[in-house]
Amino acid sequence: MLTVENPLPVPMRREILALAAQELHPRGAGVAALRLVQARFGWVSTTHLREVAVLLGMSADDLDGVATYFNLLFRRPVGRHVIMLCDSVSCWIMGREPLCAHLCRKLNIRPGETTADNAITLLPTVCIGHCDHAPAMLVDNTLHGDVDTTTLDHLIDTLRDTP
Amino acid sequence: MTPPSERPLTAMIDPAAGPPDCTAYEHNGGWQATRKALSSLAPAEIIDMVTRSKLRGRGGAGFGTGQKWSFVPKEPATDRRKYLIANADEMEPGTFKDRWLLEGNPLQLIEGMILAAYGVQARHGIVFLRGEYDLARTRLHRAIGEARQQGWLGENILGSGFSFDIHVHSSAGRYICGEETALLTALEGRRATPRSKPPFPQTGGLWGAPSVVNNVETLCNLPHIIANGPEWFAGLGLGEDGGTKIYGVSGRVAKPGAWELPIGTPLRQIIEEHAGGMRAGYRLRALLPGGASTAFLDADAIDVAMDYGSVEKAGSRLGTGMAIILDDRTCPIGMIRNLEHFFAQESCGWCTPCRDGLPWVERLLDAIEDGTGQEEDMDQLGRHARMLGAPGRTFCAHAPGAMAPLASGLKLFAADFAAHIQQGRCPQREGARP
Ligand SMILES: Cc1cc2nc3c(=O)[nH]c(=O)nc-3n(C[C@H](O)[C@H](O)[C@H](O)COP(=O)(O)O)c2cc1C
Ligand code: SF4
Ligand code: FES
Repeated sequence: MLTVENPLPVPMRREILALAAQELHPRGAGVAALRLVQARFGWVSTTHLREVAVLLGMSADDLDGVATYFNLLFRRPVGRHVIMLCDSVSCWIMGREPLCAHLCRKLNIRPGETTADNAITLLPTVCIGHCDHAPAMLVDNTLHGDVDTTTLDHLIDTLRDTP
Repeated sequence: MTPPSERPLTAMIDPAAGPPDCTAYEHNGGWQATRKALSSLAPAEIIDMVTRSKLRGRGGAGFGTGQKWSFVPKEPATDRRKYLIANADEMEPGTFKDRWLLEGNPLQLIEGMILAAYGVQARHGIVFLRGEYDLARTRLHRAIGEARQQGWLGENILGSGFSFDIHVHSSAGRYICGEETALLTALEGRRATPRSKPPFPQTGGLWGAPSVVNNVETLCNLPHIIANGPEWFAGLGLGEDGGTKIYGVSGRVAKPGAWELPIGTPLRQIIEEHAGGMRAGYRLRALLPGGASTAFLDADAIDVAMDYGSVEKAGSRLGTGMAIILDDRTCPIGMIRNLEHFFAQESCGWCTPCRDGLPWVERLLDAIEDGTGQEEDMDQLGRHARMLGAPGRTFCAHAPGAMAPLASGLKLFAADFAAHIQQGRCPQREGARP
């Protein structure tokens, strides 16, 4: 079974080795390899991190130092969908705080948490370069701008229904 | 022949149609510069043309592009590894210009990289792309694949003997990765901490090899400089700088957005004409002219010309040229608090003044905004602004950048700070933290 506690699937191991081979030194592929794992499993478990470290010839702690450095690499499980609401200045001016409060009420979680049905994780993010359409957010890599409570409510209902 | 566009960077960008493919790009004047460079110009001539064009880096610091390249050792690329890196990290709050260029016309960036690489004789190109830019990544990959297939990238381009290829590195979200030496550390698969200089990247950069890091907008200008000549490009600017600039406005204006205009366009024209002025019911109070790490300018400064020298004379920096507007109904203390939260969170933690000082500043601002601030807090804020704001006390410009809005805000909004402390609350609830 494909779980976070089982070894990485063989094709993925091969893919990581190929990424490493493209670099002058294998460790240059660290972020790319971790992103690959995360794209498949949703987050980077310690089992998987250790395996990637071996493939890149790094110590697990060294690679974990890199993994924990970045905003987009998750070292804890997240829900089926991730909402990243921009908390930077233009979005703040355009009302991201009341929007965040609305989301928290509606989902019954705080930023950084996942809903009880495991459907949605809410995370703050820094400016996503969509400031002319503030307030803005990313939902599973898809950009949404000029967000208001109506569009938000609609979006959440759709997300809850999609696997 | 049709005369070159006065808005060269965005002439081919049509959000409705998507980015041009190689054929459309060529039909509209693309690849001319590459043909010209590889068939009739020596690398040194490229550097000279770029110097004469008066192009300055569009990533924030504004260093002369040709001058920066002139520090790269001259041996050809076959002798030694050399890297040409496009900085597409773009995480400065309020800045959304590189995204537009990447999504709108990735081939223009690719051609700019080919020309820069030829100028400094680099064989290896890397686009350091921020992780959140998904659409840009897809379009960039497609464009690189197409360019490679048509022989614009790879071995022996146009039979000139020059070889160059581009690899995309998708980052995973961290503001400091945009700092050029931290970017190199990130590419080496380490925690992205900045490096002390010297050695400068031009001589000892990625994996110790000579490396040039340029902003996306900077690189996108190159095809136009080489195709139409440096004098034409220099003449596009209204003042002492050359070319056009992508200016943007966000905040409570009628039409937030970004526009390509001659560099040196007055701020008033950008805000009133292009951004449609303030929204009904709001007045312009102050603004950050060039992104989160620039000093506030008062509404009186609205006639400043948006070029490097003029904005500096007015007491701030052109930065990325992307203005953030503070309106009269938004609490300036809340805005500064939001900015310092960002800087505190994004400090890489390498040096103590920044790692410990920025969270301290954030806590002080929290207290003042929540109505529990004391008079002494103002002295602490002033001391941080002075100590962290001066260059050279920290490893990189993150801390001085963080102090720019604070130091200017302490002066400009002194009465608001005092009112918060005296009244024990935010006198201007709307727009502030609920
Ligand atoms: C904290 C920090 C973040 C930066 N982020 C970026 C960035 O996201 N994009 C960028 O082009 N330059 C950024 N810079 C500036 C770069 O260090 C560098 O000056 C620039 O990429 C050089 O390109 P240019 O000469 O073409 O402007 C940043 C600088 C600092 C200090
Ligand atoms: S100033 Fe801040 S971001 Fe820059 S090196 Fe020091 S700790 Fe890191
Ligand atoms: S500040 Fe939110 S997208 Fe830029």
